[in-house]
Amino acid sequence: MNDMTPTRAEREAKLEGMGCRRKRVEDIRFTQGKGNYVDDIKLPGMLFGDFVRSPYAHARVNKIDATRALQVPGVLAVLTAEDLKGVNLAWMPTLAGDVQMVLADGKVLFQNQEVAFVVATDRYAAADGIEAVDVDYEPLEVLVDPFQSMAEGAPLLREDIKDKTEGAHGKRKHYNHIFEWTVGDKDLTDAAFRNADVTINEMISYHRTHPSPLETCQAIASFDKVKGELTLWGTFQAPHVVRTVASLLSKIPEQKIHVIAPDVGGGFGNKVGVYPGYICAIVASIVTGKPVKWVEDRMENLTATSFARDYHMTTEIAATKEGKVTALRVHVLADHGAFDACADPSKWPAGFFNIVTGSYDFPVALCTVDGVYTNKAPGGVAYRCSFRVTEAAYCIERGMDILAQKLGMDPAELRMRNFIRRDQFPYQSALGWEYDSGDYHTAMKQAMEKLDYAGLRAEQQKKREAFKAGLTREIMGIGVSFFTEIVGAGPSKNCDILGIAMFDSCEIRVHPTGAVIARMGTKSQGQGHETTWAQIIASEIGIPADDIMVEEGNTDTAPYGLGTYGSRSTPVAGAAIAMASRKVKAKAQLIAAYLLEVHEDDLEWDVDGFRVKGLPEKFKSMKEIAWTAYHSPPPGLEPGLEAVSYYDPPNMTYPFGAYFCVMDIDVDTGVYKVRRFYALDDCGTRINPMIIEGQVHGGLTEAFAIAMGQEIRYDEGGNVLTGSFMDFFIPTAVETPVWETDFTVTPSPHHPIGAKGVGESPNVGGVPAFSNAVNDAFSFLGSTHIQMPHDYWRNWEAAKKLGVVE
Amino acid sequence: MAKVHIKLKVNGQEMEGLAEPRTLLIHFIRENLALTGAHIGCETSHCGACTVDLDGKSVKSCTVLAVQANGSEVTTIEGMANPDGTLGALQEGFRQMHGLQCGYCTPGMIVRAHRLLQENPSPTDEEVRFGIAGNLCRCTGYQNIVKAIQYAAAKLRGEEFREAAE
Repeated sequence: MNDMTPTRAEREAKLEGMGCRRKRVEDIRFTQGKGNYVDDIKLPGMLFGDFVRSPYAHARVNKIDATRALQVPGVLAVLTAEDLKGVNLAWMPTLAGDVQMVLADGKVLFQNQEVAFVVATDRYAAADGIEAVDVDYEPLEVLVDPFQSMAEGAPLLREDIKDKTEGAHGKRKHYNHIFEWTVGDKDLTDAAFRNADVTINEMISYHRTHPSPLETCQAIASFDKVKGELTLWGTFQAPHVVRTVASLLSKIPEQKIHVIAPDVGGGFGNKVGVYPGYICAIVASIVTGKPVKWVEDRMENLTATSFARDYHMTTEIAATKEGKVTALRVHVLADHGAFDACADPSKWPAGFFNIVTGSYDFPVALCTVDGVYTNKAPGGVAYRCSFRVTEAAYCIERGMDILAQKLGMDPAELRMRNFIRRDQFPYQSALGWEYDSGDYHTAMKQAMEKLDYAGLRAEQQKKREAFKAGLTREIMGIGVSFFTEIVGAGPSKNCDILGIAMFDSCEIRVHPTGAVIARMGTKSQGQGHETTWAQIIASEIGIPADDIMVEEGNTDTAPYGLGTYGSRSTPVAGAAIAMASRKVKAKAQLIAAYLLEVHEDDLEWDVDGFRVKGLPEKFKSMKEIAWTAYHSPPPGLEPGLEAVSYYDPPNMTYPFGAYFCVMDIDVDTGVYKVRRFYALDDCGTRINPMIIEGQVHGGLTEAFAIAMGQEIRYDEGGNVLTGSFMDFFIPTAVETPVWETDFTVTPSPHHPIGAKGVGESPNVGGVPAFSNAVNDAFSFLGSTHIQMPHDYWRNWEAAKKLGVVE
Repeated sequence: MAKVHIKLKVNGQEMEGLAEPRTLLIHFIRENLALTGAHIGCETSHCGACTVDLDGKSVKSCTVLAVQANGSEVTTIEGMANPDGTLGALQEGFRQMHGLQCGYCTPGMIVRAHRLLQENPSPTDEEVRFGIAGNLCRCTGYQNIVKAIQYAAAKLRGEEFREAAE
């Protein structure tokens, strides 16, 4: 040892492993405009495909005449359902066990539904061609209101299944009914309600919205007739699943399909499913023998390519007069649009909505979900949330506030009284989940202290008195939200997609020089996996993160995995990465023992190599070990230093957090101002705090949008009223509040590194915090529940309804 | 459709190509000139992913025709690096302050911020927010973008960046 020998702390810092605010490696290319997104890819002879779409929400399609279109310069082909029937692709299966038209087969069921696919030499010629396709529509009665779906005499939407009394998830009660899903104990719950001191009953709607990543959904299909191989580039959150689905649908053998998800410009759940554009691009490439690109525009994205939420939740809570909850009963009417294209694990028609008991110790509960069809775009996807978890969190967090109001109790105090205690974990919920870990009281107390919750309530009291005295026209709301998520789908015992268990994977190859390439079954859409995955490996095997290249998205090279959505990457792939690293390390230990001429048990790990216990100078670094693995491996040991891990998680993970929103609303204009927003997140072990904070900022901004104005709205004729960014609210930097972040750390006991996932927490916890702030502001005027989204107009309407403005 | 000969000075370099009169500037830049840094996010000039600098002004190139830009000087994200190839002040700021996630809005955001700092080298945070209100980001919530632009502003003024207390 001499002065030049780096200290242990210096060696650790050099790794840039877990816990460090490592700058992102992706940014080098993205800040220079050198990302490689789907629409950046240009292949020789590439054609462009685009859709003729229905102007009607419900109509019979009597005839499609492409004669004029085929005369348009540059137009090469027009595909219709009749053409797709030849290859058995006019319909496709959805992830939810339903089927969906790829192109209109006899009728259309929602506005902007795909009717024909025009293939042309470029996007301008395709647009010309679309204008020249003549479609004869016969309008039919439109069904927009999900509450009318199962009415007697309601328009029949799905003629293809009108006589089917059984769906993928059991009995159908009506021709517009999709499924009924029930969890919990009805008798015990009903009894608890009969014996309750206090009950609440409120219809809480979570309106339809859309994930709308800045890059829309896009694909390029290139079929090589000679080799019989298909290459498909696309905006895919789950490229391996896309390959399997493409193989099952097209009958092209899976090894001859190469699916590549290059850089993806945001996903938020929009890019999990399979859309007609992908199928049509593939068929068009097979037909023309040329690569075909499909890029949807923003209007198509907002109006046709899925949606999120649209859950109408009748929420009942029973409690004692002291404020101890005794039962929860929720019925959901779920509007799925024209086809059930819900992106959920296959056995879960309502996702994990049964997390609806939230962070509270409900002894009994009952939850029922009825899915119905309407003449709206099919879905729904999990918009920055694990499957239907944001709906559940909104339901319970709004419900707890309504209960607090009825009890005359502070909403934070009511929550504290009902939290699952730290010593109750692992906790069995009344609706069937086993929560892995949590320390809710500590998180809530920390949040309330940092925010000066008591001080804010005192201020609010003064403002309310001033309002009543006519001294101000401004009202103040404090939104409290304490959420528990369920993420990391998921264990093979209860999660699969089309029969494929929802594991994830990692392959690590350590090269002779000690440099590493690692590949996973996940796919970043902005989460920064290239940065954070390398940090896990760096900490585990002592090689600097800068020497580790992470690659995802190419199904030819990456091990099979189920992709990135539902905050599953860190809980599932993150675990696979740790486990693969440990396999590498175990082999490295054998090599080190050989080099140091000791038994492997006599070695201990020390930051970036192995040391003989009690003999600090006897040390072999991972770099030396890597070289040995290829140069002179120990006798009897295979050369090389690689490992693969497929990780099937034993349980989900349960991140949680305490969010508070302080808002002022001018009753005369409805204009609100978010004064403060404080978010405390507990996502277990923190891999890169900088990236976590970034995820929280982004998720909160999406929550802000959803709660305060973002909506997909239809008129009674089924016309979409929010089809562009003019009408669909995406906050700019001006409206977006300043975010305050905080954390506690309660590691997951079953995850190899204790991490739980964080990307979706801010959306899940944020929406109720905003909505509760608005509702809290109005509550002293006699209101119990105002439906989202809370834009200026609706705030003003609420004030009018409460009689405080004329 | 007959094509028009279009000449532009892009990032200091003379470039030319043939395009239909209806061709949008963003398509001309991305497809004819093969500069794919600027992106398309909405086609209605709301999102700003296609922002380029046209004769000293920020424009949304999805709502400018290529023929309208004929003879103009255009700066895109590809022209934002330092002459020696290292990251320019804004690019470095975005990286240091974690001002990007998926990267799709980033080229437009940086090109817009470049013009903003030309117009106002010492903006307040509020002025930065107002100055980039034509550029949407779905990932970051803008907070770190504001910091990134302030980082670059400080660097360009020759000062050290100091984060304002939140």
